[in-house]
Amino acid sequence: MKAKHQRLILALAALVAIVAAGLLAASALKDEAAYFYTPDDIRTKGVEPGKAIRLGGMVVKGSLKRAPDGVTLRFDVTDGKATVPATFNGIAPDLFREGSGVVAEGAMDRNGRFIATNLLAKHDERYMPRELEGMRYDEKTHQMKAER
Amino acid sequence: MIAEAGLAALWLAAALALLQLFLAFSGTKGGKDELLGAVRPTAVAQGLLTAFAFGALITLFLRSDMSVLLVATNSHSMKPWLYKFAGTWGNHEGSMLLWVTVMGVAGAAVALFERALDRATHMATLGAQAAISLGFYAFLLFSSNPFARIDPPPPDGQGLNPLLQDPGLAFHPPTLYLGYVGLSVAFSFAVGALLTRRVDAAFARAMRPWVLAAWVLLTLGITAGSYWAYYELGWGGWWFWDPVENASLMPWLAATALLHSVTVLATRDSLRAWTIMLAVVAFSMSMVGTFLVRSGILTSVHAFAVDPERGSFILALLALYIGGALALFGWRIGSVKEGALFQLASRESMLVVNNLLLSVILGIVLIGTLYPLMTEAFGHKVSVGAPYFDRVAGPLALALMVAMAVGPLMRWRRDELRLVGRRVALPVLIAVLLVVAMSVFAAGRIGLLPFLGLVVAGSVGVASLLPLWRRKLWRTPLFTWGMVIAHLGCAVSLAGMASDSAFTTEKLIAARPGDTIRTAGWTLRFVSITPVAGDNWTALQADMQVDRGGAPVLIHPQSRFFASPPTTTTEAALLTRWNGQLYVVLGEEVEGGRWQLRVWWKPFVTLIWLGGGLIALGGALALIGREKRGWIGKWRARRAEV
Repeated sequence: MKAKHQRLILALAALVAIVAAGLLAASALKDEAAYFYTPDDIRTKGVEPGKAIRLGGMVVKGSLKRAPDGVTLRFDVTDGKATVPATFNGIAPDLFREGSGVVAEGAMDRNGRFIATNLLAKHDERYMPRELEGMRYDEKTHQMKAER
Repeated sequence: MIAEAGLAALWLAAALALLQLFLAFSGTKGGKDELLGAVRPTAVAQGLLTAFAFGALITLFLRSDMSVLLVATNSHSMKPWLYKFAGTWGNHEGSMLLWVTVMGVAGAAVALFERALDRATHMATLGAQAAISLGFYAFLLFSSNPFARIDPPPPDGQGLNPLLQDPGLAFHPPTLYLGYVGLSVAFSFAVGALLTRRVDAAFARAMRPWVLAAWVLLTLGITAGSYWAYYELGWGGWWFWDPVENASLMPWLAATALLHSVTVLATRDSLRAWTIMLAVVAFSMSMVGTFLVRSGILTSVHAFAVDPERGSFILALLALYIGGALALFGWRIGSVKEGALFQLASRESMLVVNNLLLSVILGIVLIGTLYPLMTEAFGHKVSVGAPYFDRVAGPLALALMVAMAVGPLMRWRRDELRLVGRRVALPVLIAVLLVVAMSVFAAGRIGLLPFLGLVVAGSVGVASLLPLWRRKLWRTPLFTWGMVIAHLGCAVSLAGMASDSAFTTEKLIAARPGDTIRTAGWTLRFVSITPVAGDNWTALQADMQVDRGGAPVLIHPQSRFFASPPTTTTEAALLTRWNGQLYVVLGEEVEGGRWQLRVWWKPFVTLIWLGGGLIALGGALALIGREKRGWIGKWRARRAEV
């Protein structure tokens, strides 16, 4: 095989690999980039039950209830425009509380309830999930507002 | 006084780096020997000065000198000494100082010990190294001075983030940084060789130990980081696809590709341009990683420093170095001569396949990590998480494992596919047997990816040992041993990952002291809740007696409270057995005097980190094997003289 041919084959292989990677990434991103939802997204766009998503918003004051088994939490997540009821089975992070931001991983069930498998609360007092940046919970109206 | 001395040393070192850059390049251009002669001493002095500055900062932390702003904001006089020591680099300024120190010392080592490079390339390399260092000196001195004073000094510091107060994490960042900086040396070599137009096997032999060492440290760092997240965060997972984790994975992927292509270049004189390209990419990835972690542009579960100004500084450095290197690459690569040829069916080809797969995975991780940033520029927020990475990177990683198993069984230059088929017969047979056995026993119980993972792990594990077949083991070179062990480590790690995701059982319960919990063959007796206290924390601890038909063992999951800064952390109780780990987390108290408990039985999960250790060991053996020849040669030469 001549040097020119070899170089050509290598270049072609690299090109094919790059294009394949791009296509693969693009197709997966198309499916998974709609990964983060706010309650309003769920109301307007809808999510098929069982699809893994992240739900982000604020925990509505007064909505947090613990089931008798001691390890199941029920709460409502709001973005000020819509509210989604959620259930979490597990040990909640320390900074998970009413009126604070939460990003929950899980899926919707058939009854319109979000079943969370993992709660990403604030890591420390200052940390806010990136998706919720610029949002603030109004304690009086139980609404989310954009910060000035 | 100590702080001022440290700062002065840092300024001096920066000045020397500027001098080194000037000497190396004006000397190379005009061929002035007297200028070039001063380059090596300058590099050594610069290394000593940075080490002195870093030593000064460590001293300040150990003494709890609260008049230094960095100490006051990141340390506390009541903290155990180990965390005062490790707290030196557990923050932005300290870790950047650690970065320039490692770079300075590595530069001194290149100046002193590098013998394989010809003089011109050696000097150009030291010049390039100085150019990189200068950017980081500027960053440190103009935007993140670690020695700034505070007046009046507070009586006590604010303390270190309790999540970082762990022996594992204390030594995790330095390991990663050593790896990053090792890649910066490889980058300097590549720039040096491009400048002198001497990209050849000799250059690759000089670069290889640096790449190997960096790669070993990155492997260790990633393995340790994964184990830390697993036991310290209390969520039972070992990889999150968090930007900070990806930041260390991306340089590792590039370094792995570079390691293989530099080996081809060193032994077969092929893949010249590709190797240079990978050296540029590998260092770019460590810069991108630093940028992601240090700029706070992507918040992550690790979220440490958030400062847009620093982010733009690193971004500017990134653009300067990567842009510069790519421009140099584009300008000079035409003059790099063609290397040796090889046939399509050959080990070289398999290494090209390996390189391409690694690059594709790297691209996918990079896209997934940066995509949210790009869309945010257009005004809408998305997050890319585990489903994307698992779905795309998972199958590619399995393909990579197969290529990894076949590659070492092929001959250099040219091979016959018929013979290769005969050599891979045994692993293929094992794969078939595994598929049959698992379809019978585990069908429907586990997902497709874990299923394939277990099959590939078993068959690749055997295949990776085949290069030792019919060889005299004690005469096999260490380099070959290293390859075999590292590849075996990949199979072991994969087996652990697949087993963990396929067979983990979980039990979540609220229990009273006195209750008994049964799960996965284990019996856990919840004895009591006891308050305990440590140096700078108090905790509630569950005492549990656990057994699986044998003698009971006491374990103590804790919920720990730190007063400064006020934080609660989870200390999971881990009980390791040969076939897996029992993982128990204590939650909060709920109505009726009950406590939340989460119990996992994770079969063979420890293989993940054992595999990581084996991979690093393999790299270390290859490194020793390469260096040993030099030592033996010198020793023989000395004996001959006598």
